[in-house]
Amino acid sequence: MTALTIPARPEEDDASLRPVPWRQLAWVTWRQHRFALGGVAMLFGGLALYLWLSGSSMHHAYATAIACHPASSYACQNQVINFDSAYGSTVQAIATLLLAVPMLIGAFVGAPVLARELETGTFRYAWTLGVGRRRWTVAKLVPLAVTVAVAGGLFSLLFSWYYEPLFADGNSIPLDPALFGLRGVAYAAWTLAGFAIGALVGLLIRRVVPAVAVTLAACFGLTFATGVYLRQHYLAPLLGRNLASPPAGAWVLSGWWTKGGATVSRAVMNQVETSLFQRVMTATVPKNVKSDNIKFYKGPANSQVMNYLLHHGYAQWTSYQPGSRFWPFQWIEGGWLLALSVLLIAATVWLVGRRAV
Amino acid sequence: MEASGLGKRYGSTWALRECTLAIPAGHVTALVGPNGAGKSTLLNLAVGLAAPSTGEVTVLGGRLPGSPAALDGIAFVAQDTPLYKTLSVADMLHLTRNLTRRFDQAHAQARLAELDIPLQRKAGKLSGGQQAQVALTLALARRPRLLVLDEPVAMLDPIARHDFMATVLAAASADGVSVLLSSHVLTELERVASYLVLLARGRVRLAGEVGDLLGRYGQANLEELALHYLRDNPTGVAP
Repeated sequence: MTALTIPARPEEDDASLRPVPWRQLAWVTWRQHRFALGGVAMLFGGLALYLWLSGSSMHHAYATAIACHPASSYACQNQVINFDSAYGSTVQAIATLLLAVPMLIGAFVGAPVLARELETGTFRYAWTLGVGRRRWTVAKLVPLAVTVAVAGGLFSLLFSWYYEPLFADGNSIPLDPALFGLRGVAYAAWTLAGFAIGALVGLLIRRVVPAVAVTLAACFGLTFATGVYLRQHYLAPLLGRNLASPPAGAWVLSGWWTKGGATVSRAVMNQVETSLFQRVMTATVPKNVKSDNIKFYKGPANSQVMNYLLHHGYAQWTSYQPGSRFWPFQWIEGGWLLALSVLLIAATVWLVGRRAV
Repeated sequence: MEASGLGKRYGSTWALRECTLAIPAGHVTALVGPNGAGKSTLLNLAVGLAAPSTGEVTVLGGRLPGSPAALDGIAFVAQDTPLYKTLSVADMLHLTRNLTRRFDQAHAQARLAELDIPLQRKAGKLSGGQQAQVALTLALARRPRLLVLDEPVAMLDPIARHDFMATVLAAASADGVSVLLSSHVLTELERVASYLVLLARGRVRLAGEVGDLLGRYGQANLEELALHYLRDNPTGVAP
């Protein structure tokens, strides 16, 4: 064969060459990850279409229910109850599913970014090109992270609209752990954090499939731990004494009784309440009442028990986060997740730079 | 490329130790030795993929591997020529151009046309010989001063092997590109190498210009020299 020769290399000073422009790097990122981004678009697009269609019918049904007049009539109350039973459980299921989406994005978009290069050996090619590996990593991670976070943020706007009727009817509280992460700025932050966790895990594990699994587990663990343990401590909970019922929209964390300043254990309290309740019921329910109608005596009996306890040195305490803290909590959660994501991405870039192969 | 006291440890195993070398520019250097001798480790250190555990290594006249100037001046074709298998050849070209500061697109296209490699075909669908040629074309289009090839022809059939080495030689002789290539197959290096580095069990056993070495040890060709040397000096003590 005849070998073409390369033209003489101009004697240019290496230092005069400028770094590879970001615009060129953006093309590479787009070319290599467009299918992953297409997957994200299809996932969010499909879910958005569903939310829009079923949300429209739900909004319509709710509008019909509350248009009923007079609102206090039995028929109208019944319409609202029917609305809740028709939509409540479906919406809860959708909400649970949506909590998993940031984890999926972390696992299937974040984890393969570096793990695939390391697994197939192509990092040896990319990391020895003129761009330099840190710049290459930044050019991959930052645009992808921003894109998935923005997609998550836009999607949560749609979800907030979708969920409106269930807040309006008073059956949902904004700080509900199953719901909090889907609205406000939290969803974008969770999507971002999922991606950042995936990218770092991919770099450390170097294989796509194990990295996907570990990312799913890590994202799930973080979401669970935040919802169950961490979030309630963002601000010191408020303490209510002898509340007839928790304030509207409050997220109740715990309740307990004290007598004379000492906490009464749950078991003792149950005994006291049960025996008092039985005494009151025996005294108030007529002998000839039908068993179906006994339930009508239970509410008043409970009030009497409550009154008795409060007049005999007992106090009921409720620890709760008021619903008005929704936005402060959103900013706190969004803030620490953003800080965590920036830290993880920075650590990933730094590790790529010093990784010995 | 210069190395002094260079060593690389993975865990508790030394892949390379006490490596001191000074390979002058302008040579086609063959890095030979049995499997596991530390050839890939030395090349990874030279291109900046790995960092030394001990000692130091510089390339292109005193530059640190992995520094921007070194990255610009060195083109590396890794073992098994890892291309992005799902990208078309045209996209590989475009990707490389976008990730380098200097890339001769016209030259690369002309060479691929000459080789009859379809630009729209996915890299993973090409034959082994074509993949190696694509990798080499991309490397040469970067107009490097040093071309580093790790086991470039191990997977190729004899014809592809011949064509590949012909291209490397042409680049070396016509354009003054220095070449550093590793191989455990000695026969293919016979015609091309002007400088030899012999590695075994992580240590440099022999280094020098091929003509000098052949003369000094009275061997007819590289293969005999290497075999002779590895057998006679199993401990690696210099004569």
